[in-house]
Amino acid sequence: MYGFLMRRLAATIPVLGMVALFVFLLLRMTPGDPAAVLAGDNGTPQQIAEIRETLGLNKPIPVQLGIWFSNLLQGDLGQSYFFKKDVTELILLRVEPTVALAITTLVITVLIAVPIGVIAAYRHGTWLDRCVMGFSVLGFSVPVFVVGYILIYLFAMQFKMFPVQGYKELADGFFPFIHRLILPSITLSVIYIALIARITRASVLEVLGEDYIRTAHAKGLPNRVVLLRHALRNAAVPIVTVIGIGVALLISGVVVTESVYNIPGLGRLTVDAVLGRDYPTIQAVILVFSGVYVLINFLIDLTYSFLDPRIRY
Amino acid sequence: MSMDTDTALTVSGLTVELPKGTDRRHAIEEIDLHVGRREILCLVGESGSGKSVTAHSVMGLLPKDQLTAVAGSIRLEGEELRHATEDRLRDLRCTRMSMIFQEPMTALNPVMSCGRQIDEVLQTHTSLDQQARTAKILDIMEQVRLPDPRRLFSSYPHQLSGGQRQRIMIAMALVLDPVLLIADEPTTALDVTTQAQILELIKDLQERHDTGVLFITHDFGVVAEIADRVAVMQWGRIVEQGTTEQVLKRPDHPYTKMLISSVPSLVPRHRETRRAAPVVLRTEELAMTYSQGGMFQSKRSVVAAQDVNIEIRRGETLGIVGESGSGKTTVARCIARLIDPTGGRIYIDDDEIARVSVGQMRSHRRRIQIVFQDPYRSLNPRRMVGASIIEGPMNFGQPRDEALARARELMGLVQLDPDALDRYPHQFSGGQRQRLCIARALAMEPELLIADEAVSALDVSVQAQVMDLLDDIRIQLDLAMLFITHDLRVAAQVCDRLAVMSAGKVVEYGDAAEIFANPSHEYTRALFSVAPGRDWTFGEFLTD
Repeated sequence: MYGFLMRRLAATIPVLGMVALFVFLLLRMTPGDPAAVLAGDNGTPQQIAEIRETLGLNKPIPVQLGIWFSNLLQGDLGQSYFFKKDVTELILLRVEPTVALAITTLVITVLIAVPIGVIAAYRHGTWLDRCVMGFSVLGFSVPVFVVGYILIYLFAMQFKMFPVQGYKELADGFFPFIHRLILPSITLSVIYIALIARITRASVLEVLGEDYIRTAHAKGLPNRVVLLRHALRNAAVPIVTVIGIGVALLISGVVVTESVYNIPGLGRLTVDAVLGRDYPTIQAVILVFSGVYVLINFLIDLTYSFLDPRIRY
Repeated sequence: MSMDTDTALTVSGLTVELPKGTDRRHAIEEIDLHVGRREILCLVGESGSGKSVTAHSVMGLLPKDQLTAVAGSIRLEGEELRHATEDRLRDLRCTRMSMIFQEPMTALNPVMSCGRQIDEVLQTHTSLDQQARTAKILDIMEQVRLPDPRRLFSSYPHQLSGGQRQRIMIAMALVLDPVLLIADEPTTALDVTTQAQILELIKDLQERHDTGVLFITHDFGVVAEIADRVAVMQWGRIVEQGTTEQVLKRPDHPYTKMLISSVPSLVPRHRETRRAAPVVLRTEELAMTYSQGGMFQSKRSVVAAQDVNIEIRRGETLGIVGESGSGKTTVARCIARLIDPTGGRIYIDDDEIARVSVGQMRSHRRRIQIVFQDPYRSLNPRRMVGASIIEGPMNFGQPRDEALARARELMGLVQLDPDALDRYPHQFSGGQRQRLCIARALAMEPELLIADEAVSALDVSVQAQVMDLLDDIRIQLDLAMLFITHDLRVAAQVCDRLAVMSAGKVVEYGDAAEIFANPSHEYTRALFSVAPGRDWTFGEFLTD
């Protein structure tokens, strides 16, 4: 097991290296000049050339890559062109809202999706099952921003239960913090609830047809025990896989949700950085995101071996 | 109610309805049977005869809204179960009546330790404390003769062999001393050696615990070993019932007679020797080692076959017999080059094919064809059977019309209607599908036909027909045949020569008649000594 951990961690290094290289080259190939953006609408060609000079953008691309890589290896993500700050500092400032949003979304999703999926499987073919499946289709088809604005209109503007927008740090107290996170989290979780409820239903339904479920009934176990202890645990591997993929996809959902609810998180930072052609920040944010993907995959693999004794590394 | 205490189960007039739109109205009809304590009643029949429906009705495990018992009664120690509530049935399961199933591989929950799975029964049905439960579990594990119960207690099912898993199932079923044990084909998926041990165990425990056993099987060898009485089922009805001696020796019903006569004999058929015919297949030191692992995993390797030297002459059938994991299927797959052997040579006529490249192999492909075990899964369900049959020859350049004409001829050869070529596989029965698979293989005009457990999944009466068909085809087309089987009875009937495999090696090789008469290797002798029903000759009926 320890050997497996080490091997898996070692395997992440080439992955992250490839991502870094790819992002760097991709940004240099897309049109748009950071110097022009920084100089503003009234910038003269001479000003632009000066800015290029100070940012080091006039050096040949392999040289730029070399500088960036060697800084990266020393843990230096560079200076933001746009915010005039260390990128590391910038990211640290924006991490809390995004992580908080992702975690509350995940909790809401799992707490709702898994139970309704299990119930739909257990009562498959009934109206209950059809309701869950119907909701699921709806959840897939309505875009995140539409859900967001509907929830704002209903719960923030009509019923005044939640604030319309904004974010409070955890340091300012737990209630204001969570109070402002609930609507955005629900907005984000709709599509994941739809997805994970469907997968849970399919997976549990398949397991319910297995021989050991018949054995469990033949033992005289109550239905609840058969369903939760025997069926759900066996159905867990595909469910966990999809939850993992969901968390990874969440990051793209975060970008939209943070804009709708005006939350100063990594999603907003990404949008701002892209609009400002802020190369160091874009590169750093994407590296951080891919680091998170790799970490999540690693955690999923670990969960497999915990859930199923047959999976050993 | 004055029910005598010697009766475990009485079923009378039990009728179970099938959902509308199926080929018959009732799954089972007016079933009458009775299982005494200390008695083993064998329920015998072919697939679809209603054996399992009968068993599941007793346990109250029929799939809801699909099958419903509409008439009759089921009494467990006098208590009526047909109208019992779901709660009452749950209370009775595993305490008064228990059931074990066919597939020990899938009947246990893979993510729960064996000890806990037995413990669940005690937790649900008793108020014993943890210590008392553990003691009881270890005791029953001891009784079912599991080695090292303490270790197996915390093991997971995948760490156990098939036989050990079935012992865990039996321990689970008997831990609370039920009066009735229903065993649904409990040994069908096991090797003969393990089967013999499990049969002996069931018999022994049943005597010690005064349990009544309803034993479901399709295998008359098993019936001969274990039954006190026998009930024969056909199309949902019991057609004959009596003591084992009576049913096996003096059957009344023509169906029973037909079934018993279809059981292949352990005495080999007399066959002409063909030692002068040319050799079609020869292997030299054939070996196959599977290895796993790579960059991120440690390497593991398993020797599946080693030093295999066999030859088959034209018109001759060589049987490879052995238990699961002995390497017989590996050898067959190497010969057909479905997998690449890791050592040795294979000659078809005089062409060496073990080491030729995949591209060069293509021209040899049509010379070797295989018929697989499961006819339900070896035909593409979405293609018409005609298309499946002509695909091979057309691939090798035969024009469509010619291939179709040949396919019609072959349908005749395998005794199917040539006009059925435009049907789909699901419109055929299991036996018919296996005939289709044979026709598909023959369409390539192979020199060597490999039958890999080709009759093992078939009912005994169909099995006899397909065996005869294969033998006819071998004679008519003068084919060399490699016949892989775990069933000694089948081997005795179709093989000229025999190779007995154990742990990847051929331990005995020679004329089938000679080996059956005088097995020389101790493994072969052990294998013969556990063949179920070896002391009976089936199909020689006595008349009074």
